Amino acid sequence: MTIFIPTPLRPFAAGHDAVAVDAVTVAQALEALTQAHPHLRKHLFTSEGKVRAFVNLYLNDEDVRYLPAKEATPVTAADTLSIIPSIAGGDSPSRRTRLRRLGSEAARPLAA
Amino acid sequence: MGILHLTRALYDQIRAHGEQTYPNECCGALLGLGTADGWKIEFAVPAGNTRTDSAHNRYQISPLELVKIERDARRQGLGIAGFYHSHPDHPAQWSTTDFAEAHWLGCCYVITEVAQGKAAVTNSFLLAGVSEEEKRFELQTLLVDDPSTPSRHPRGSC
Repeated sequence: MTIFIPTPLRPFAAGHDAVAVDAVTVAQALEALTQAHPHLRKHLFTSEGKVRAFVNLYLNDEDVRYLPAKEATPVTAADTLSIIPSIAGGDSPSRRTRLRRLGSEAARPLAA
Repeated sequence: MGILHLTRALYDQIRAHGEQTYPNECCGALLGLGTADGWKIEFAVPAGNTRTDSAHNRYQISPLELVKIERDARRQGLGIAGFYHSHPDHPAQWSTTDFAEAHWLGCCYVITEVAQGKAAVTNSFLLAGVSEEEKRFELQTLLVDDPSTPSRHPRGSC
């Protein structure tokens, strides 16, 4: 199967945007990927070996978290696995009314 | 990755999106190519904000939508270079929420302040660092390429 590597993780996968692995489950595919590119491991997994909360895994168009067998889901050579870190954010509600122009504080965060 | 190159048309598109969704936040992805000094953006792709419960001060892009955006980018020989969103009536500065939810190391996070419905300051921040534990935002130069009158915004502000 083919695993698609997102932009931020490509430096840890020898610059590849896709990696082909032989595997029969999602978990095995991830294991094969991190065996081939060990530096990816800490970006994908916690120290307990769980997939990091902000790392989304999509088997074709299906979120692996919601598949009945989750990471034990069988895969075929024709499948694709996309690794997609989450993207979210927003401003700080406590300071919404205090419009402030950027000045010398440009590099500082706003308190939540 | 210190400089974010945008055409005037893309820059205007991003800011207009923030005005269209005001008083809610807009969001989208930036597709481009890495250059020697940063990112050159080719497309800005508007995305839906899934945080309908608090769209005025939160945004989130569906992971599946991101998968599809990333797929399209790859077909065009491009990558996801970063993301943009707006801060309605709030400065174009990253918040602690932005930082906590930022996981695309090496990518750009463009923020536009939309004041009373009008786009004001736009800044870009690079998510620097080599790991989640060491990440940090760095203000980066936003270079708006205008065919007629090139302009450089060294602090990323306009």
